[in-house]
Amino acid sequence: MEYFIQQLINGLTLGAIYGLIAIGYSMVYGIIGMINFAHGEIFMIGAFISLIVVLLLNSFGLSWLPAVLIIVLVMAMVFTSLYGLAIERIAYRPLRKSFRLAPLISAIGMSIFLQNYMQLLQGARVKPLQPMITGGFTLIDDGDYTVVLSFLQIIIIITTTIIVILFSFIIYKTQLGREQRACAQDRVMAELVGINVDTTISVTFIIGAALASVAGFLYLLYYGVVDFFIGFLVGIKAFTAAVLGGIGSLPGALLGGLLIGLIEVFWSAYFSIEYKDVAAFSILVLVLIFRPTGLLGRPEIEKV
Amino acid sequence: MIQRQKQNNFNKELKDALLTALITFALTVLLFGVRTVQQPGKLGIETRWSWVILSVIAAFFGRLFFVFCTGLINNKGSYFQGVADNITKIGGTVKILTTVILVLTAILLPLLPFSDRYVIDIATLVLTYIMLGWGLNIVVGLAGLLDLGYVAFYAVGSYSFALLAHYHDLSFWVCLPFAGLFAAMFGVILGFPVLRLRGDYLAIVTLGFGEIIRVILLNWYQFTGGPDGISGIPRPAFFGLEFKRIPPEGTASFHTFFSIEYSSLHRIIFLYYLILLMAFITNLFVIRLRKLPIGRAWEALREDETACRSIGINPTNTKLTAFALGAMFAGFAGSFFASRQGFISPESFTFTESAIILAIVVLGGMGSQIGVVIASIVLIGATEFFRELEEFRMLVFGALMVAIMIWKPKGLISHRAPTVRLHT
Amino acid sequence: MANTEPLLLKVDRLSMAFSGLLAVDDVSFNAYNKNITAIIGPNGAGKTTVFNCLTGFYRPLSGIMLLYHGEKRFDLQRMKDFRIAQKAKVARTFQNIRLFPNMSVLENLVVAQHNALMRASWFTVGGLMGFRSYKNKEKEVIELAKYWLTRTDLVEYADLPAGNLSYGAQRKLEITRAMCMEPVLLCLDEPAAGLNPAESSDLCELLLFIKENHRVGILLIEHDMSVVMGISDYIVVLDYGKKIAEGPPESIRENPAVIAAYLGEEE
Repeated sequence: MEYFIQQLINGLTLGAIYGLIAIGYSMVYGIIGMINFAHGEIFMIGAFISLIVVLLLNSFGLSWLPAVLIIVLVMAMVFTSLYGLAIERIAYRPLRKSFRLAPLISAIGMSIFLQNYMQLLQGARVKPLQPMITGGFTLIDDGDYTVVLSFLQIIIIITTTIIVILFSFIIYKTQLGREQRACAQDRVMAELVGINVDTTISVTFIIGAALASVAGFLYLLYYGVVDFFIGFLVGIKAFTAAVLGGIGSLPGALLGGLLIGLIEVFWSAYFSIEYKDVAAFSILVLVLIFRPTGLLGRPEIEKV
Repeated sequence: MIQRQKQNNFNKELKDALLTALITFALTVLLFGVRTVQQPGKLGIETRWSWVILSVIAAFFGRLFFVFCTGLINNKGSYFQGVADNITKIGGTVKILTTVILVLTAILLPLLPFSDRYVIDIATLVLTYIMLGWGLNIVVGLAGLLDLGYVAFYAVGSYSFALLAHYHDLSFWVCLPFAGLFAAMFGVILGFPVLRLRGDYLAIVTLGFGEIIRVILLNWYQFTGGPDGISGIPRPAFFGLEFKRIPPEGTASFHTFFSIEYSSLHRIIFLYYLILLMAFITNLFVIRLRKLPIGRAWEALREDETACRSIGINPTNTKLTAFALGAMFAGFAGSFFASRQGFISPESFTFTESAIILAIVVLGGMGSQIGVVIASIVLIGATEFFRELEEFRMLVFGALMVAIMIWKPKGLISHRAPTVRLHT
Repeated sequence: MANTEPLLLKVDRLSMAFSGLLAVDDVSFNAYNKNITAIIGPNGAGKTTVFNCLTGFYRPLSGIMLLYHGEKRFDLQRMKDFRIAQKAKVARTFQNIRLFPNMSVLENLVVAQHNALMRASWFTVGGLMGFRSYKNKEKEVIELAKYWLTRTDLVEYADLPAGNLSYGAQRKLEITRAMCMEPVLLCLDEPAAGLNPAESSDLCELLLFIKENHRVGILLIEHDMSVVMGISDYIVVLDYGKKIAEGPPESIRENPAVIAAYLGEEE
């Protein structure tokens, strides 16, 4: 039981990170109907930018933790979202009217490019970071097994909650969000009523990238290592989360992320850690076959 | 008045370039400007602001130049389009000539004066990719299914042969059909549930599948040898004649049978001709298939699935055949790969391989046979000769894939000849 | 008009809903062989939805659709879309033209005989080996395509990509492709949309030719009343998913319910 609770905590923490990335997949899919394959790489870039900002702040001698965390978070969001913006502008916007596979292929090209770009710039080796936040609450201690809720996990879950509330507010309550949702429903009509579709799509990529960068930062804190390749697997898992929750649905993406995190952690804990990546993938296939609309998604009616 | 407008235009362009420079600065300031370095005990940083400055300047002038060029295109008709069309023309009349030259060069290559072991090795590698490219072309180019896990079938083919040889002592020629069959079977098993999905879902599922196969090969230690791989895979024999310096007791070897001096080059040349033959058969097969009802149904499916269903084409079965046949050729190529290397491990079957094969198909022109050849020669052959630039290879591939989608989405060779004609 | 031709299609109490909204509500009608049956009605009346149910693209909520084909009877509501085309021989066209734009005109037509050709090629095996039976079948199919291309004046474009044809020619080609399936029921979804008067009258001629010379029943969705009134034998009128009238053109023209549906009721 204690073991179970510990895994539950770990799973939710990991799930929060997946959820943040999944929202980006879901939003982009909602508005332009394509899978942004490079989204995993945006997450990776977010993690690297966070790492560099942390190291820079260290070298400036700033060590008051709350300040460091907030500065890193803001810097990562700003700089990573610019990457989101640039990618959309360069690789996707010119292809809106091209044939079906074109944006997908372009996205894969972009993803390969970004991975190698980062490898060239920062080297192929794994980058470790000294743990910044240590310690935690001991919830249960029965002698042989202690259940710990670390401060780090608390920070991850709280940060995710705040960020999700903030962005939900933007999407559901502001003019920007309304325009974004209008474009997602009917791009042509949105254009006719005077919404600048290009800007709205750019904003979607910016929001998605900002959320992914938060995930990148939290990932860096949680695992303490990053390398240029992390975007690949995490990207697939977050995408699975988006599909599981129902692609296009934001609460769904978050829910899917939490579920994938839990499944992965429990699978590793109770079955085999080597095959943990197989678990996420099997879920993807099963969901796509039996419930392609996901848990909270709405069915697509085929227009003939 | 015109002067004023020009002035305004120039201002606008300048502003545009400045904005580009500003964004470039933001994109590069941290990642170019700061490099993480491993210092004793911790991670430290070095700065290299010169990179940032250089890239900002490059972006500024690059943007100005780009705007200037687009202006030129608008003014003087489409110069670049002309260049593009000329490349495309290879698909027209020059096609036969190009094909003849390519085929002759391929056949005579080992006899050419400059051909040493190194050249033939690279040519063999290029041909392997050509064969893989032709196989993937069935799936991506003809049927329009984006398969990002093609390397999985290549791996299945390699491991089928390696394991059959390892556990049952079977030779290359016996295993070859099995390798193709197993790969095709995997194609069907994976394809059956997922081919009903929309195109982009299929892409990510195949991507995941490629990864899964690798994870399984890596972790099933008892059976596949895990990360250590399988070594001692038998080499293919020439009609029962092996390429060994000292043939086993009572058997003949290639050089003893033909009474020639032993040379290790014999096997290299034999492997070259073997893959040439395999690639050639693949090509004939694909050309033939394209003109059969199944091939036309693939292309129709690529163009419009709804219309296909309205004329009675079963989309799932049709896609499945494309998937299985594509996988089969990957399986054949895989067993050749295993036999040539004599050693395989999961490391040879990463996503990067899938990406390279896809890049070949996409750049060459989806559905174009000769495009695959040209793309393979350029992408594999050229990069092999510029080994020092190895680390830029995938960077360039990725960038090229984006560029080609924007500039010439149908690939360099985009000419398509109808499979049947009414008027000759 | 009493029908001497055999019953081809019987649609009985067909209903279809999208997320609770009834798009087709309890619609019944019949169609006969060698007859042009038009389905008309204002926008959003559910005409295309009826087609999509008939051709299996949507699964209806309730109701049956029976296709009589000589001795055989097909329950269309139970069949998948491609099976309906393949077995029951129901061909259709689309409101927004759906051709295979990068394939040549002739290829577009040859693909329509996919299933017959597959059988003749022994599911590719025989075709790969170049069996004569396949080659003969292919010739036959090309002859059929040529017959229809001549009919529709598209012969000279046979080897050009279908996407390069003019809009009007693409509309014709889509009908031609449907006819190359040798269907027993041809469903045309607004074939005259976007055509100029000359092309429209061409189309009418083509449809009348098909009706006179081939054993096929035609179902026609159309907004152009000159086309509908000129060539249909029987008209079914839908409004808000319900059938509000049916009968021969003369009676529909004067039907007050139809006039009200089109012009709006006076309060």
